[in-house]
Amino acid sequence: MLHRLEAFKLDVLKEVGNIGAGNAATALSRLLDKPVDMNVPTVSLIPFEQIADKVGGNEQVVIAVFLRVEGEAPGNMFFIINEDSAKKLLRNLLALDVQEEGYSEMEYSALGEIGNILAGSYLSSLADFTQLYLSPTVPAIAVDMAGAILSYGLVQYGEMGDSALLIDTTFLEGKEALAGHFFLIPDPESFDKIFSALGVPNE
Amino acid sequence: MNDANVVKVGMADLKIAAGGAILKTTGLGSCVGLTLFDERTKVAGMVHVMLPSSEIAREASINIAKYADTSIPHLIELMRLEGAEPKRFVAKMAGGAQMFAFHTNNDSMRIGPRNVESCKQMLKQFNIPVLSEDTGLNYGRTIEFCSMSGKMTIRSVQQGVKEI
Repeated sequence: MLHRLEAFKLDVLKEVGNIGAGNAATALSRLLDKPVDMNVPTVSLIPFEQIADKVGGNEQVVIAVFLRVEGEAPGNMFFIINEDSAKKLLRNLLALDVQEEGYSEMEYSALGEIGNILAGSYLSSLADFTQLYLSPTVPAIAVDMAGAILSYGLVQYGEMGDSALLIDTTFLEGKEALAGHFFLIPDPESFDKIFSALGVPNE
Repeated sequence: MNDANVVKVGMADLKIAAGGAILKTTGLGSCVGLTLFDERTKVAGMVHVMLPSSEIAREASINIAKYADTSIPHLIELMRLEGAEPKRFVAKMAGGAQMFAFHTNNDSMRIGPRNVESCKQMLKQFNIPVLSEDTGLNYGRTIEFCSMSGKMTIRSVQQGVKEI
């Protein structure tokens, strides 16, 4: 089914990403008390091998907040930033002396909370828009290789094929200083529910 | 190290190498990197297993390298065709982590440990001993396997480099 998604269904998914990520960007901007821009989301069917390339490759060390979306259209959600951006976020947010290396408990938990707020605002706007019941699990955070982290979100797709449909939005604060990615990977079964919730006819 | 000597194994992929070439796979999380080796012929094989069993597959045509139960027999056969003797095979494995700790009943969240179990079951079926392993816990790994020495090098962000 995924391989035959027409252009206009992809547009619908792009809009879904746009609304969710737009709300998350607003939330982030409030948190930081600074303007945060976002790029128009991209929606694409990507081979597993290439997903980590979006954040610098399989072995690139990233900070990831992961949560499972439960409810009527389940899926996986990642907020991913590189270490420079994470440190910058923490400096802005906590007004603490942030160390160059490693993360304290406090910093770790602050990053988790940022992910939580962003994912929460993304999801609640999606739920409003689609009128679907969606609820996030408590987020988990990891600092590790992008490939190891992202592959975890592809298990549901693994049973279907070797690519996943990814809704990817990039956040920018001050043009390029903060590059954060929001990945929403709906489970394969969720697409029909999203489309029918939005009144897109199923041929 | 000479890059020309490195054979890259992707996700849900398998390759064989011989004569000193190095098999490499990057960013193993819940996936398992499993190697087989015949010391005498110096034939080595590596598979990057993503899922435990092809019984759950809903693909129109299965990618046999993806599942523990289909990839391991295929790897054995490929190595045998290269002149290796399955009776002498020994296995090493790494990966199968739980990258995130979750309190959920969703079984797919503990995919790492299930991948490890399933690989071991297959090896047992073929009477291939597991010489050593670095599996489980909660971090990602990149592995290299040398078809000359039979050594596996494991790199991770948290733990640095180790050899098994």
